[in-house]
This record gives sequence, structure tokens and C-alpha cells, in this order.
Amino acid sequence: MEPFQRYRDVVDDFEAFIDACERSLSMAVRVNTLKATPEQVERAFDEAGIGYERADWHPHVVRVETDTPGVTWPSIHGWVHGQEEVSAIPASVLAPEPGDRVLDACAAPGSKATQLAAEMQDEGTLVANDNNLGRLSALRFNCERLGVTNVAVTNRDARNFSLKPFAAEDEHEGPQFDRVLVDAPCSCEGTIRKNPDALDGWSEDHVAGIAGVQKGILRRAIQVTRDGGHVVYSTCTFAPEENEAVLDHVLQKEDCRLVDYDLALEHDDGLTGWRDTEFDPQVAKAKRVYPHQNDTGGFFTAKLEVSA
Amino acid sequence: MSENDGQRFDRLPATAADREVDGRATREAVVDWWENRFGIPAETFDDHTFWEKGAGKIWIFAGDAPSPIAIEGLGMTFLRTRQEHWKPTTDAVQRFGRLATKNVFELTDEQAERFVDGQDQEIPYDGDWGYVIAAHEIAGDREPIGVGLYVYGELKSTVPKGRQRSV
Repeated sequence: MEPFQRYRDVVDDFEAFIDACERSLSMAVRVNTLKATPEQVERAFDEAGIGYERADWHPHVVRVETDTPGVTWPSIHGWVHGQEEVSAIPASVLAPEPGDRVLDACAAPGSKATQLAAEMQDEGTLVANDNNLGRLSALRFNCERLGVTNVAVTNRDARNFSLKPFAAEDEHEGPQFDRVLVDAPCSCEGTIRKNPDALDGWSEDHVAGIAGVQKGILRRAIQVTRDGGHVVYSTCTFAPEENEAVLDHVLQKEDCRLVDYDLALEHDDGLTGWRDTEFDPQVAKAKRVYPHQNDTGGFFTAKLEVSA
Repeated sequence: MSENDGQRFDRLPATAADREVDGRATREAVVDWWENRFGIPAETFDDHTFWEKGAGKIWIFAGDAPSPIAIEGLGMTFLRTRQEHWKPTTDAVQRFGRLATKNVFELTDEQAERFVDGQDQEIPYDGDWGYVIAAHEIAGDREPIGVGLYVYGELKSTVPKGRQRSV
């Protein structure tokens, strides 16, 4: 927990924050509405004698009283997907609609991609990209298990994601996206309750290195989004260098702005400064979820609109 | 006739008259197969396109894309067509098998648990031999689990290793 000492002055009730980070996390699943309703899932868990509690902030997130939700019938049928509760935030904020053209820029292993497909009701096109070929098999496995048919899987570095494969015969590039999710690779500080070794190897140099990649990915995401379209940027880390500083950089470089959104979880606003650096005041529209606020993992989410 | 290119997806020809790759299944044949084998109405797939990547590996995609397209995945693997007997995938049966009206094996709880664990079992059945949909009742409805092969009085589980579970 040593790396978290630098957040002493930005987190309210720092002791409660540290206490929560030291507790393990209860299991949660997301109901896959392409295959089942929450009521069907609850009835199936009743039949299996497994206790559960629906999250009050999201109609499809269910906390389950089993360590192995993957060996239950609802999981075998693809009715549910084991997913940390806060990981359901970014797809809900992006809120794609049926028929949209959507990109998940860093999609493996597919928890958020499959949630996006469910929100789209499997209509429209979801391009699920990841630069790691090894992780693409997990992405495809999860998409197929959950019954997704509107996904096109690509293997590119998201910093130079190409629209060319989707170009019609007489076009140079394929169409831009209505919505893009950048759930960026990050230092994963907020997963400490699930992965106790998440902070092994942590250093400010490592954070700085990842932040450079994140800036490149978010800039490219904005470039491939149509005017008026939306981009959600999220990480599972607390480091301002990977969160508000990335937004601040992209606000300067690309034609976009941060927008408000609703989130029915207790949270803090984005930080408008860190150490000696002040950020564009718009970054306050981002939301930070700390583990002690809702007894979840940690998360950061911002919503951007691409300007006309 | 050209050969199948395993590095890209090609949209299936609508009918045999449109075929450019030797031996490639047609959209018409694929849709007919699901209707004949399982009674799933052809119009179920009106909003989907069908693609081949890798010889005989048919994928189902919601909507359309330029053909050919060289990417890693396009929709869901749906059907294997290069053997004499066509074989549906577990994922396709789970997604579309609720609509089946024939060649469905309704399993008891114990049979369903053995099936999803990958075990073969002897079960009397008076329907056709061949690939069947294994299903069971859950939450008040019949729900498909996966693909079985019924031969010589035995239901063989073809649930892939990665999908097998000991419930």
C-alpha cells in the first residue's frame, strides 16, 4: 500500500480508503441481456441455491454468494458474465444504442465489449480491438459464449487504429464511429482488492510510461469518432498522471470537450490539479470511484464529446 | 473457381449460381440446413450475413461488412460444412437453439450435468441420428446447452473442453 501514501491529501477519509483496499472483494456478475433477463437469472440462482443481491446502481449487476460463478448454469448458458462491479461503469456511461457503430479500442478480454453489444441489442457494428494477439482468444471466447454476433474483432495497436479494413470497395477508409470506449491499459491500482500483487513493480516511471501510451490511444479514439460522437475514457487506477493528466493533454491537442453524465454510485469529481500541475477545469466532470465509497474496486471514468 | 483464403473472411454466395470458390457453402444451403435439421425458421437469419474463414468454418455476423475482409473475427462461429455431416457450434446452438422444434434432446438435471461435463451417455431416443441440440429446463423454460451427436443409442457430448463444467 506504500504507493497509495501519495493520495493522502486527495482522498477523503484516507484511513477508510486504505482499510477498504486491504479487504477482499465479493464476487459479482453482469446479466447478459442478449440471453436472459435479471428475473430469469435470479430464478436460476434460486434453483441452484445460490444467494445473490442486485446492485442498486445498475439493473444488470448482481452480487453473488459463490466463489465460482463460472460453474453455475447461468454462466454455462451465457446468461451472466463474471465481472467486477465497477467494470460495468464505462459501457453504461458510453450507452450505445442499437444500430450504432461502436469501437472498443482495448477490448480484451471482453467484459466491456460484451456489455456494449448487449446495450446495442446485438444490432449495429461493434469493432472490438486489442493489440495483444494472445488475449484476442479470450475476447472471442467471451463474445461467442455470450451470444454476440455484431462484433468485428481486430488486432491493432490502438494508437494507430485503422479504418481501412472496413472501407467499401470505392472508399479509402471505413466509416467513423458514433461512440468509442477507451478502457485503457493502466497501472491497475484500483484492482488491489482482487489482485493483492497489483502494486508489485509500481513506480512513477512505470506510471509515466503508461500515461504516454494512454494519451496516444485516446487521441486516436477521438480522431476516428464522428463529429458530435462520444468517447468514454476509463482506467482502473487512481494515478492522476493516467487519468486527469491524460484528459488535459487530449483537450489541448484534439477538438473535443468533457461532458457531464450520471453515475448512481458515490464518487468524487476529477482532480483539477496534482502536485504542481493545474489541469483544464473541465476534468472535474470526470468521476473517481474509491473502494471505501461503495465497497467496490477503484475506477475512473470520463465522457468526451467530439466537437463539430 | 478460386480457393478459400484462410486469412480473410468472404461472404457466402447467396446461391450455388453465385459461387466463386469451389465447395463453399451458400447462404441458401446454410439457412435451409437449420430449418430442415432443427425447424428454425429461415427468417430468423434475415438480418445476418454468413462468412467463411478457414475451409468450411462458417461465421454469422449481424449486419454486413465489405467482402473480403482481413480481420481476426466477424460475429460468431456458426457451422462446420466441409465434412459430409454439417456440425453446428455450441455457441450458435445456445444463441439460436431456443427456436428449435425438432432434434432437441430434453435432458434431466442429472443428464444435463453429465452432458456439460463432456460425458457420453446411453439414452433411448426415437428421432434421427446425427447432430442434436441438448437442452434442459431452467427458470421455467427449455434452454439449449450444446451440441450432441446421437449414434447407436448413445448421446455423445461435443461440448468443447473450454466450455465443459462440473456443476
